[in-house]
Amino acid sequence: MEQLAIVLIGLIFLMGLMVPVLRPLLKNYTGRILALVPFALFGALTFLFFTLPDETARIVETGFGFLPEMQFSFRIDGLSLIFGMMVSGIGGLVLGYSSFYMAKYAGRTKFYFFLILFMGAMLGLVFADNLLALFIFWELTSITSFFLIGFDHDKDKPRQAALQALLITALGGLCLLFAVIMVGNIAGTFRLSELYAQGIHLGAHSHYQTVFLLIFVAIATKSAQFPFHFWLPGAMNAPTPISAYLHSATMVNAGIFLLLRLNPVMGGTIAWKGALILTGGITMFIGAFFSLGQKDLKRILAFTTISALGTMVMLIGMNTTASIKAALIFFIVHGLYKGGLFMVAGIIDKNTGTRDITRLSGLLKSMPVTSIAGILALLSMSGLPPMLGFIGKELIYDAKVQMPELSWLVVPLGVAANMMMVAISILVFYEIFIPRKNKPAIPLFHKEKELPGNFLVGPVVLALVGLGLGMVPGWLNNILSNAMFYVQSQAVDVHLALWHGFNQVLLLSIFTVAMGTIIFILRRPVGKLVGIIILWTDQYHLPEKFNNLISNYLNFAGKHTNRIQHGYHRYYLITFFMATLLLIVYQLLDAGGEWFHPAESSPVRMHVVLVLIISAMAVLFAVFSKSRLSAIVSMGVLGYGVAVLYMFYGAVDLAITQFLAETIIMVIFVMVIFYLPDFAVLSSKKSRIRDAIIALAVGAMMTMVVLKARFINMEEPISQFFAEKSFLEGHGRNIVNVILVDFRALDTLGEITVLALAAAGVFTLLRFNPIKKKSEK
Amino acid sequence: MELVIAIFIGLLYASGVYLLLRRSIVKLILGVFVISNATNLIIFLSGGITRSGVSFIGDEAEKASLETMTDPLPQALILTAIVIGLGIAAYILALKYKYFETTGTHDLDQLSKTDQK
Repeated sequence: MEQLAIVLIGLIFLMGLMVPVLRPLLKNYTGRILALVPFALFGALTFLFFTLPDETARIVETGFGFLPEMQFSFRIDGLSLIFGMMVSGIGGLVLGYSSFYMAKYAGRTKFYFFLILFMGAMLGLVFADNLLALFIFWELTSITSFFLIGFDHDKDKPRQAALQALLITALGGLCLLFAVIMVGNIAGTFRLSELYAQGIHLGAHSHYQTVFLLIFVAIATKSAQFPFHFWLPGAMNAPTPISAYLHSATMVNAGIFLLLRLNPVMGGTIAWKGALILTGGITMFIGAFFSLGQKDLKRILAFTTISALGTMVMLIGMNTTASIKAALIFFIVHGLYKGGLFMVAGIIDKNTGTRDITRLSGLLKSMPVTSIAGILALLSMSGLPPMLGFIGKELIYDAKVQMPELSWLVVPLGVAANMMMVAISILVFYEIFIPRKNKPAIPLFHKEKELPGNFLVGPVVLALVGLGLGMVPGWLNNILSNAMFYVQSQAVDVHLALWHGFNQVLLLSIFTVAMGTIIFILRRPVGKLVGIIILWTDQYHLPEKFNNLISNYLNFAGKHTNRIQHGYHRYYLITFFMATLLLIVYQLLDAGGEWFHPAESSPVRMHVVLVLIISAMAVLFAVFSKSRLSAIVSMGVLGYGVAVLYMFYGAVDLAITQFLAETIIMVIFVMVIFYLPDFAVLSSKKSRIRDAIIALAVGAMMTMVVLKARFINMEEPISQFFAEKSFLEGHGRNIVNVILVDFRALDTLGEITVLALAAAGVFTLLRFNPIKKKSEK
Repeated sequence: MELVIAIFIGLLYASGVYLLLRRSIVKLILGVFVISNATNLIIFLSGGITRSGVSFIGDEAEKASLETMTDPLPQALILTAIVIGLGIAAYILALKYKYFETTGTHDLDQLSKTDQK
């Protein structure tokens, strides 16, 4: 069964890639039909959920990977099952829901393509056993979510939000990569199963602080923790099904998942506790607080998501058995109600054309099914019985009360955040669903009966699951104790119950609800207060600050790129020559040794020297000549001079070729010269002197190199081979010719090809006439 | 003799580099020619110039000895280089011709703009 589950994950990837082909076939049923695969996976996982014994993990090797250390191996244990079921279950519902929601949108192929790939990446992430594979899936979720958030790419806001989300999560991704590599190096393995089996804990290692900091940045960016929280409300620019998916069970929860995964390897240290509790606490509080000041239903939900993520990070940071249990349950609770609420928000948006809670009203009458699903989710969000949310909140309070040393801090923070959650739940309930006399009911585009079933099925199913699990939480016992075993690396018995008896925690709950109701009653002044604070914080508006940072960076980079990539060929060349000069002169001087040995060199022949002097004078004349023709003629003198030199030293073939080639070049040059401008002195005296100095230095370096090269023999020369085989095997007496046409015939073929290409190039160039073409238009 | 030729090569490189750094494109092309000649000479010199016999195998003999003849391998390499140099020269001159006809300038600093005259 576990193999089947992994195969199904692969199938999801395949399905995503196939969307461009499948969609024209399936037409409007795409979402509904494709949803079958995640549901099948959900089924397989459910089977495992009920059959997986305590304290075991199943490892599935695929035998596929990029490197020996980077195999795509998967592990199925309680933790990955909990996350995997949420990802696949909600994923299937979201796909079905999209089928209707996206029906009028253009670019649906793209939508399904990225949504399904995102789902696959998220599943890969939670089931990965190899940390490097986990990193790859992590990055894949960042990239695919970039395209999902920026789905309305022709609008400015989604584009910016997507870019912001990508830049921030990619920063975290980079940190994660470094962290994973460090963990792998320290522990000697990238496999979670080996890390767990060997009971490795990095806490004592000298690099622990660095690794933890990197991991912390990774999870804080991904899970939208303060001060990186600001990308999450921006991501609301995505179509609602995407928000429902990204913010309920996937994407932002990847950070939570990673923390739970690494808890046995890194958790429980002072740094871990301090950083996570502090950040989680702040995030939890400001998320709940800012949600009170929002009018847009989706933005309200976004800020409550931030608050929920903060709660989970804080719970994991506390690192007690009770707190981990609470975090796991709260993940399920949050996924269920948040997915449902987003879907409800989408249905309301589709049906009324607005998400503004001040304009919506009385939906309970006109849209009863949607409203009841929404109200159940709100109950769960505010932590009221008989929903699973109640159990979640009770566990959280329980964990906080029991927290040694820090309960004085975490309990009030938690109660305050929960009070605001209660208040916002009542506010949404009151404003949207309850029919009121002084607020006109909003007209609908469709009657609820006209909506297709699968549009409503998502929120209804999620609400009912939340209700059902609240009634019979015992179903979760097994899988939770398995997950706890791998998060806490100790066996824990879990017994969930709706009713815990009348105790301190229940009192806190009652107090919370009472206070939440009071905040709701005082909503006008409270709303004003939050409004003032939001106005005040707007001057530190983080998304804008972030955008400024990015644009400043781009300006900075642009300025400096212009300095380096200036577009003047001679400065590029000067850079190149200077760098070569420095490197080679350093090497030459460093090598030391002999430069020149009079005894070993051949005798000076006066006629050769004469030829060289003539050539040298010709070159100097060409350099300083003001006349084009004389410069070219002196180039010819140089070419012939070199040819004569070849001849003196017995290289007849070279001499002949050089004579011919030089002649042809001269002829072409003279043919073209008529059309070329006169030489003009374009550069200033100062730059001429500078160039002359560089030129002389390069010349001197080349002389040194040539002299030194005579004393360096890297390999035994192979010329003897040619001298011996040339006649016997190549049947030619001119060794140079035999080398060219026989031993190195392929090189010569290449040379001929180059010539042919040059000829073709010349031909095309001469026929090409851009100016004429323009005038013809 | 090696010292003399090495200095000659250095001089060619100095002239070539100086020409390459000019703004006028014609001088740039001349610089390319000078440097390619100098580079050929380096390869030639690396085969050694102590022997200067023609690298042929005599009519009667089946093998030749390297004792007296110039090393044939650098020659083969240079031969290829010369011919390719010819191809480059032809192409570069045609390009230059067309470029001047199109843009009306021979100043390389103006070449960064893509607008035509």
